[in-house]
Amino acid sequence: MTLWWIGDVLLIAVVLPVVVYLLKGVLDASRGIEPSVTRIADAARAGSRDLDAVPLLLTTQQHVKTTVEVVAGYGGSLDVIVDDAE
Amino acid sequence: MPAAGVVLIVAVVLIVLALVYFLLSTIASLMRITTGLDDAIAAVTEIVEKSAPVEAVVKDINNNLDAGVDLLEGLLVKKAGLVDSMGLVDGLYPGAAAAGLRNFPDSASIRPPRIGEVYTKGTLTLARLGREAPIAAASPNGPVLRNIEGGSLDARLIYPENRQSHPEKLPRSPVIGTDSPVQYEPAQKEAE
Repeated sequence: MTLWWIGDVLLIAVVLPVVVYLLKGVLDASRGIEPSVTRIADAARAGSRDLDAVPLLLTTQQHVKTTVEVVAGYGGSLDVIVDDAE
Repeated sequence: MPAAGVVLIVAVVLIVLALVYFLLSTIASLMRITTGLDDAIAAVTEIVEKSAPVEAVVKDINNNLDAGVDLLEGLLVKKAGLVDSMGLVDGLYPGAAAAGLRNFPDSASIRPPRIGEVYTKGTLTLARLGREAPIAAASPNGPVLRNIEGGSLDARLIYPENRQSHPEKLPRSPVIGTDSPVQYEPAQKEAE
């Protein structure tokens, strides 16, 4: 009977606190990850929204091409009408 | 049942309850993490898809701009000469001549002339094209010596004197053609 009581005391005084301590550690670690994951998701969504303007690059590409063509034409004309340095 | 047995059962029940509470809380937390990671993965996938064509487009833009720079640098050096080109560049963008022209590595070592003070062939060429171009207006060495308001005179000096004195009426160019009022004899007769 004495050993049974000793077992009870060990169970309540040692095993139960250790189990609670370990499980609480796991739960705290898991809850600590949640805000980080939320921030990562928010940042990724914001990054994706920022890239909505990427199709405008096609317009820029066309404008650059047109501008360089105009500059080339203008430069060709200048090359004809202006004397060379040497 | 002995009291020790009751205490044992109570202790076991407490341990089980603790296990249930913490494990369920952990499961719920992990599910929220999974949901958040799913959102993040979806957004990252969107980023990857949206940014996929960027490299090709930017490369094409850069190639076109490179061609434009090559063309403009080549034209500038061809028309104004390398030394005067550096003077023009430094006059328009003070300090920029130190970097030199991309396609002319020797240009970085050239000491750019003060185009704003000394009129060179390159400046005259530019003045002839755009007479009021404020060359070297932003020079760090003080105001330019060129009179910008009367700057067109410098370009006008290129032309013959009768153009500079502002005659009221210059003789008109001759009218030519078969029905012109004055018929000019051909300088040479066509070979028969």
